[in-house]
Amino acid sequence: MKTPARITPLHLLVATIVAVAFVVVPLPTWSSGQSAPATDELVQRGAYLARAGDCLACHIAQQGKPFAGGLPFDVKVGTVYSTNITPDRETGIGLYSRDDFVKVMRKGVAKDGRRLYSAMPYPSFAKVSPEDLAALYAYFMQGVTPVRAPARRAHLSWPLGSRSLLAVWNALYFKKGEYAADPRQSDSWNRGAYLVQGLGHCGACHTPRGIAGQEKAGSERDGANYLAGAALDDWYATSLRGEAVTGLAAWSQDELVESLRSGRTARVAATGMMADVVAKSTQYLTDPDLMAIAEYLKSLPADDQDVKGSGDSRLQADADHAATRALKTGETGMRGSRIYLDNCCACHHSDGAGAQRIFPNLVRNESVNTKDPVSLIHLLLAGSAMPSTQTAPSAIAMPDFGWRLSDEDLADVLSFIRASWGNHAPAVKSEQVARVRKSLAKNERTLLRRDINGGSR
Amino acid sequence: MDDIRKPPVDAVLVGFGWTGAIMGMELTEAGLNVVALERGENRDTSPDFAYPRIADELTYGIRHELFQDLSRETLTIRHAPRDRAVPYRQFGSFMPGNGVGGGGVHWNGQHWRVLPEELRLKSHITERYGAGFIPDGMTIQDFGVSYEELEPCFDQFERVCGTSGKAGNLNGEQVAGGNPFEGPRSREFPLPPLADAYGATLFAAAAKNLGYHPFSEPASNASRAYTNPHGAQLGPCNFCGYCERFGCYKYAKASPQTTLLPVLLKRPNFELRAQANVVRINLDSSGKRATGVTYIDAQGRTVHQPAEIVVLCAYQLNNTRLLLQSGIGQPYDPGTGQGVVGRNYTYQMTGGVQVFFGKDKPMNPFIGSGAGGQVIDDFNGDHFDHAPLGFIGGGYIGVIQTGGRPIQQMSLPKGTPQWGSAWKQAIKDHYLYTVNIQTHGTIMSHRDNYLDLDPTYRDSYGQPLLRMTFDFKENDIRMTHFVTGKAKEIAEGMGGRSVEVKMKQFGDHYDTRIYQTTHNVGGAIMGEDPGSSVVNRYLQAWDAHNVFVMGSSVFPQNIGYNPLGLAGALTYWSAKAIRTAYLKTPGPLA
Repeated sequence: MKTPARITPLHLLVATIVAVAFVVVPLPTWSSGQSAPATDELVQRGAYLARAGDCLACHIAQQGKPFAGGLPFDVKVGTVYSTNITPDRETGIGLYSRDDFVKVMRKGVAKDGRRLYSAMPYPSFAKVSPEDLAALYAYFMQGVTPVRAPARRAHLSWPLGSRSLLAVWNALYFKKGEYAADPRQSDSWNRGAYLVQGLGHCGACHTPRGIAGQEKAGSERDGANYLAGAALDDWYATSLRGEAVTGLAAWSQDELVESLRSGRTARVAATGMMADVVAKSTQYLTDPDLMAIAEYLKSLPADDQDVKGSGDSRLQADADHAATRALKTGETGMRGSRIYLDNCCACHHSDGAGAQRIFPNLVRNESVNTKDPVSLIHLLLAGSAMPSTQTAPSAIAMPDFGWRLSDEDLADVLSFIRASWGNHAPAVKSEQVARVRKSLAKNERTLLRRDINGGSR
Repeated sequence: MDDIRKPPVDAVLVGFGWTGAIMGMELTEAGLNVVALERGENRDTSPDFAYPRIADELTYGIRHELFQDLSRETLTIRHAPRDRAVPYRQFGSFMPGNGVGGGGVHWNGQHWRVLPEELRLKSHITERYGAGFIPDGMTIQDFGVSYEELEPCFDQFERVCGTSGKAGNLNGEQVAGGNPFEGPRSREFPLPPLADAYGATLFAAAAKNLGYHPFSEPASNASRAYTNPHGAQLGPCNFCGYCERFGCYKYAKASPQTTLLPVLLKRPNFELRAQANVVRINLDSSGKRATGVTYIDAQGRTVHQPAEIVVLCAYQLNNTRLLLQSGIGQPYDPGTGQGVVGRNYTYQMTGGVQVFFGKDKPMNPFIGSGAGGQVIDDFNGDHFDHAPLGFIGGGYIGVIQTGGRPIQQMSLPKGTPQWGSAWKQAIKDHYLYTVNIQTHGTIMSHRDNYLDLDPTYRDSYGQPLLRMTFDFKENDIRMTHFVTGKAKEIAEGMGGRSVEVKMKQFGDHYDTRIYQTTHNVGGAIMGEDPGSSVVNRYLQAWDAHNVFVMGSSVFPQNIGYNPLGLAGALTYWSAKAIRTAYLKTPGPLA
């Protein structure tokens, strides 16, 4: 499943404009500074870094050619499309010099001088080292097949396309400067921080956004907002900080590595948008890089604002828990427990523990216990699948239940799950389910319209 | 409309069920460019078998959603060469699969090997009982491959499937709890046995009392979460009772989709084309070498796919039919006994005993898995002296509680009204309190049981239908009387209130209306002599060295067990011969 957009829903006018970055079309003007052919090694390294940066997440349309762009992004005031970043000279970035490339990556300024909107995560890419940018440039110029694919025009309501506001936005929120190592930390910690904050642009989803759509924090130095979890596009990207139940406290570094590599651990699985990230990006990272990312993430302390849990990291479900007993005996008092029995129990079992690596454990699962239940609602309504990866090729899927269960049913079963087997998360209201259902239906209609009009590109 | 000509490939697979998926994995691993052509549609666990939609007995069990479309393509059937064959228009006796995964989607998961003596049946019978013990008209043969040769292939297939069971013979050493009669295994099953239903435990106890040797049936329904050597994952079976006729929503039943396709479909040197119905294998001017195949695609276009190797991986009936249609090998003539293609078609013999219990012993039939349960092998193969019994063959006996579905799995005593209040009362009295003992056994090959092309009927592409000529013979009725009689003795020791035996009687004809098994075998049999077999011991056609035939079409007669384990192992065996010998020097391997 591909959701139409990977950007957060933006709250303000300026924030909305941010997503329009993809409409920029490079002008075919000659620029000096074309570099000499790069070595194969440099191109290879660039290919690796392009995966680390998950460029393909955005710069490919469904059934499209790699890096040719055309993926639609639903923003509040219209639709924009990712651009062609293949080295095609007319419709891609074939005429970009290395300096042009560095400018667009680090400053968000295109070859023709126009400013990009920060949907292109240049505030993160600004941290990438010159050496890595050189490798990326070599890869995009020599390792990527040029594709002739003109940019699709954005459909935005006036006056939101105005670029003059972007300079203001940049002045207010954009911190320039490449990653500066923290000398108090290990090399691998610094490597992890560099990848997470820079190419990995994890904060684009996992850091809450401010009033103008800006990420509230760009690194651990900016405080507890960094990677503290954020809602976006009917998903909730969970906290990557050290909260006991809703964050990574229970995760070992090895589990983080395993999750990023295979999309699953003994306990839980990557679904929704993170499944796409694992499939296209993190599964290809080397073990040392994955270990470095895990080391860095595990160093982030709990967000003080979050509810403190007991820190209990048991993996085993409690077979004697009241909910388990009730499900086993069929004495299902809570309405949600009956719905669980009829719909969920087949795979997640009466103890909520599922089965290792295949059916996620619901007990003290961070996605289950996160305050905002939007991911759970989304998952139950529409289903999702684990990514098929090199080390774990089975795309194990959770089916959709939206056709079968009412808003009230879904709220009840989620409330039951969030209150059982030691989970302690707020109940879910049927209005919350209704809102997500409506939003998903709207996206589906939009996608359908786009499919019908797809020939116009 | 002009025909379409596709670029040549190294190998084309005709049909994409279990054997196609195995062959696809093996040949792509050897670096070959492989195209698989499947007549049915593409299917996967998500979304096609998603919970709870797939647990719909009316759609899948009764209306046969996942099976061959008989309105487009079927076969004709008759009892004897003097009869007129008529088309099989409604599913009854057997139900060939269709679509990606084939029968591997909706099988039960009963994953047996073969008994060593069954692979050399004719030699074995002759050695122990004398050549005269084989009755006139019985045309049994040796497979031409030994159990020892196949052992690594059985093992490999079980690792892929995550088969649950308990070994009875590890490298020649007897192991308590397993099947003492089985051929030696090189290692234990990948997963422990499935849990037993109550009825199975009663059966095991009663069988033991009579001195027999019960063990857990080998099941490719995973008893635990499992990751196979390719990295593909299986979930633990939860005994939902929707195996046979259904896809598994829980990723628990081994199928091409759960075990091989997650890897194979991603390989750059592999391509799957669904809704591609192969109508002919094309031969060069010598008639001794295939140049590729011709198929009809979903738009009705004729497409030519050139290939260096053609592997027939379709259902047994279709493999045989394609050989006949393409003129590969001499068609069998039952009058003269000459010719090979279509020869030795056989089937399997099933019977059963129902045990009706009182309400103090609920059996909870809805707790079901397609395989698993307790069985005995004491009356299978040559584990007992056949000399005084006057038949060849045998079968296993067991309680495999496959489910308690509302339409098809309501066991009622004879004489119960078919409708009305008395029927409803009988359902209440018996649904929870009945155990079915099954007997599952051999049918030997006979001279006048065979396959050929029907002279009258054609399919929707204008191709002649296959014609089956088949009836039960005295040898096989004797077998089922003996084995089912043993089942009755066990049943009587299980503590039920009454038992009822169901089995074929002498003089009974083959009845296509009643489901028996989809274990049709033969027609393109393997062997050591081109005069009596279609393919050699490596499953390579004697008459076209770059054509290989997979599946149960190569069985010279039927075995007592369910055939999939043997069909899968033979595919690995053949693939190994292609990889290690044929690719180096293309030509006859034997």
